[in-house]
Amino acid sequence: MPRQQQLAPRGGHPLLGRYPATRASISRRSFVRGSSAVGLAALLAACSTKGIGITGYEPVQDRSDIDKKLTWSNWPFYLDVDEETGTRPSLDAFEEATGISVDYIEDVNDNDEYFAKIQPQLTGGQAIAADLFVVTDWMVAKLIRLGFVQEFDKANIPNAKNIDPQLENIGYDPGRKYSLTWQSGLAGIACNPAVKGIEVTSMDQLLTDPALRGKVTCLLEMRDTVGLTLLDLGYDPADFTFEQFDKAIAKLQAAVDSGQIRRFTGNDYGADLAAGNVAACVAWTGDVVTLQADSPDLQFNVPDAGCTIWSDNFVIPVYTPHKTNAEKLINWYYQPDMAALAADYINFISPVVGVREAMKELDPELLEDPLVFPDEATLAKASSFMSLTEEEENRCNRAFAKLTGA
Amino acid sequence: MTAIAHVPPTGGTATPPPEPGRSNKLTPYFLLLPAGLALLVFFVLPILTLINTSLQSGGLEEGYTFTWSFSNYWDVWVDYWPQFLRSFVYAGSATVLAILIAYPIAYMIAFKAGQWRSILLVLIIAPFFTSFLIRTLAWTTILSDTGPVTSFFRSIHVLALTDWIGLTSDSRILATPLAVILGLTYNFLPFMTLPLYASLEKQDPGLLQAAGDLYASSWQGFWKITWPLSLPGVISGTLLTFIPAAGDYVNATFLGSMRESMTGNAIDALFLRIRDYSHAAALSVSLMAAIVVLVIYYVRRSGTEDLV
Repeated sequence: MPRQQQLAPRGGHPLLGRYPATRASISRRSFVRGSSAVGLAALLAACSTKGIGITGYEPVQDRSDIDKKLTWSNWPFYLDVDEETGTRPSLDAFEEATGISVDYIEDVNDNDEYFAKIQPQLTGGQAIAADLFVVTDWMVAKLIRLGFVQEFDKANIPNAKNIDPQLENIGYDPGRKYSLTWQSGLAGIACNPAVKGIEVTSMDQLLTDPALRGKVTCLLEMRDTVGLTLLDLGYDPADFTFEQFDKAIAKLQAAVDSGQIRRFTGNDYGADLAAGNVAACVAWTGDVVTLQADSPDLQFNVPDAGCTIWSDNFVIPVYTPHKTNAEKLINWYYQPDMAALAADYINFISPVVGVREAMKELDPELLEDPLVFPDEATLAKASSFMSLTEEEENRCNRAFAKLTGA
Repeated sequence: MTAIAHVPPTGGTATPPPEPGRSNKLTPYFLLLPAGLALLVFFVLPILTLINTSLQSGGLEEGYTFTWSFSNYWDVWVDYWPQFLRSFVYAGSATVLAILIAYPIAYMIAFKAGQWRSILLVLIIAPFFTSFLIRTLAWTTILSDTGPVTSFFRSIHVLALTDWIGLTSDSRILATPLAVILGLTYNFLPFMTLPLYASLEKQDPGLLQAAGDLYASSWQGFWKITWPLSLPGVISGTLLTFIPAAGDYVNATFLGSMRESMTGNAIDALFLRIRDYSHAAALSVSLMAAIVVLVIYYVRRSGTEDLV
C-alpha cells in the first residue's frame, strides 16, 4: 500500500492531468476556499428560524357531513382486537352506528417523535394525516400552547359528562376544552421480592435503604420520577415551587452519587426487574400487569405518600376537515359499554364513569385487578403533574437531564 | 516505514507536460463533479447547518435567531466536560483492548489459518448479520448480576479488584465503566481486525525467512519486520475503532448508567429531551473538532501522512 501510493506524483493526482502540480493545487484550494466562504456567508445570513406556534387560527370548512371519513392515530396495542377474527369490535360498532368509515393507524410510538413528525406541517399551515390522535398530558399542554389543536364542540360530545371527576379540571386544560382522556395509568414502585426479600413501599426507602444499593432504577420520565419524589417530601406535584423541585432533584442526586440508583431507564426496566438485576424500581401499572403474566411474584406498590397519574388524551389537530366526525368518535368511546369493551383488552385505567358496572357483565374477573380498577383510596392518592410554561419546562428538563447523565 | 517515506518522488516534475487543450483542462473537474456534489450535499451542507445552529440563540417555540452565540460553546464545555473526558477515555481503552484482541486473531488468520482463512473471515463479519442494538442488549443478559459470567468473576475476586480500581461497583459488571468499555470493544472489534488482516496478509513471507537467515530470532523478526509493516493496518484499525466509539451512546445507554454517560448521550438528551438545538449543535461540533484534532495529531505522530 505505501509503495504503490508513492508512485503517484507528489502534490497532484493522476486524474487532475499532468500539468504542474502546484498550479492545480493552488487553483483547487482557492476555489474551495472561495466557494465555501460564499456558501457560509449566504447560509449564515439566511438562517434564523421563526417560532413554530400558530396564532389566529381560522377554522377550515368542516366537510364531515358529506365526507364520512375519519383518520385516527393511536399507540400500538391501544384498542380492542378480537383475537380470532382480527377485527376491532368497538370500532366496527362505531362505523355501523354512524356510517363513518375510520382509518385506524397505530403510528404514535413516542410523544416527541410524533410531535417531530406533525410539527412542520402544522407550522406550515397544512392538515396532517390524522383527524384525531392520542398523546400524553404534557404533550397536550404543549400542543395547546402552540395552537396545534382545536377546541371541541361539546354539543357533539354529550357523553363527556361521563368523565371521571378527577380528570375534569386538569391543570393544562381546565374544563377539558381541547382534550379528553383516552386511558390513564399510575406510576408507583414495582418490586421483585425474590431479589432482596424486601418490600419497598416508599420513595424514601427506594432512594436510601442501603440494602437496595445498586438494585434500584428510576424512570427517565421526569414527571413520574420527580413527581413521586416530590410527594415523598410532602410536596404536591400539581402545585410546587422551584425550590421544592430542586429539593427533590437534590434527593435524587444524592441517590445517584451514593450508587443507590443503578440507572435511569425508558420502557426497558421490565427486563432488569424480571431478571433480578433490580430489586425495586419506579414503574407504570400497565407494564407491571404485562410482566405479572410471566412473573406473578412481582408487586406494584402505591407509596403511602401518593403516586403520580398520567393520561393519554384525544386531541383534534387544526386544519382537519373532519372535526365533527372526530368528535362523534370521542363521544362513542365515552359510552360506558364501549369504554369497557376497549378497557377489557387494553388493561389500563378507563376514565369513563360506569365502566365498572359495564365490566361486571363483560369480564367480572378484571374487576379484581387493582391495577386496572384501582380503588377510591388509591385514586385519591394519585396526583398529576403541574403544567409548565416552555421556560419552566426547559428548566425542569435541564435539571433532570443533568441528574440522568446529560 | 521510514525507509519507504524517504523514497524520492518520481515522475510529475521530470518531463514538461504537454500544453493541455481547453476541453482537456476541464475534464478532471467534470470527473470530480459527482464526488464533489455528493460531498457538498451529504457533508458540507449538513456541517454548515450544524455550525450555523450552534451559533444561534433562542428556543424551539419562540424560534432561533443567528447571533454568533459563541457562548453556546463555552456553556457546553463547562457543563459537559466529564462526558467529553469519558468519551475519550472509554473509546481509548476500548481501542487498546481491541488491538490486543484483534492482532493475534488477524495474525492467525493471515499466517496460520491455511484453508480455513475464508471461513474465519466470514466469522469475523458474522456479528454484522444481527442488529447492533440487539447485540448490545444481548450483553445485558450475558453480564446480568446473577448470571454465570458475573458470578464467576465475583467468586475469583476479580470484581473486588476492579471495584477497588473504580472500574466496577458493588461487585457487578452491568451499569459500570467496565461494561461500557467491554461493549465498545466488542462492537468495534471487526473494524480493528479487518484492516489488520489486510495489512498482514500481503506481507511477503520471504522477508521473515531472510531475517531468519540473518540470525534474527522469531521475536526480533516480528518486531523488526511484521509489526512495522502492519502499522498502516494498526493505524486505520485504531481510527475506525476510536472515532465511532468516541461518538457512541448506545453502549453507555444500555450497559452503563448516568455515571457512565458519554458525549453522545448528552447530545441525544439535548436534541430530543431538552430540545435545545443550539447547545446540542455546539456539543456536536466540539466533539467533531476534538476528534479531528486528535486524529491529525495521531496520524502526524505516526508519520503516516501518505497512508490515510
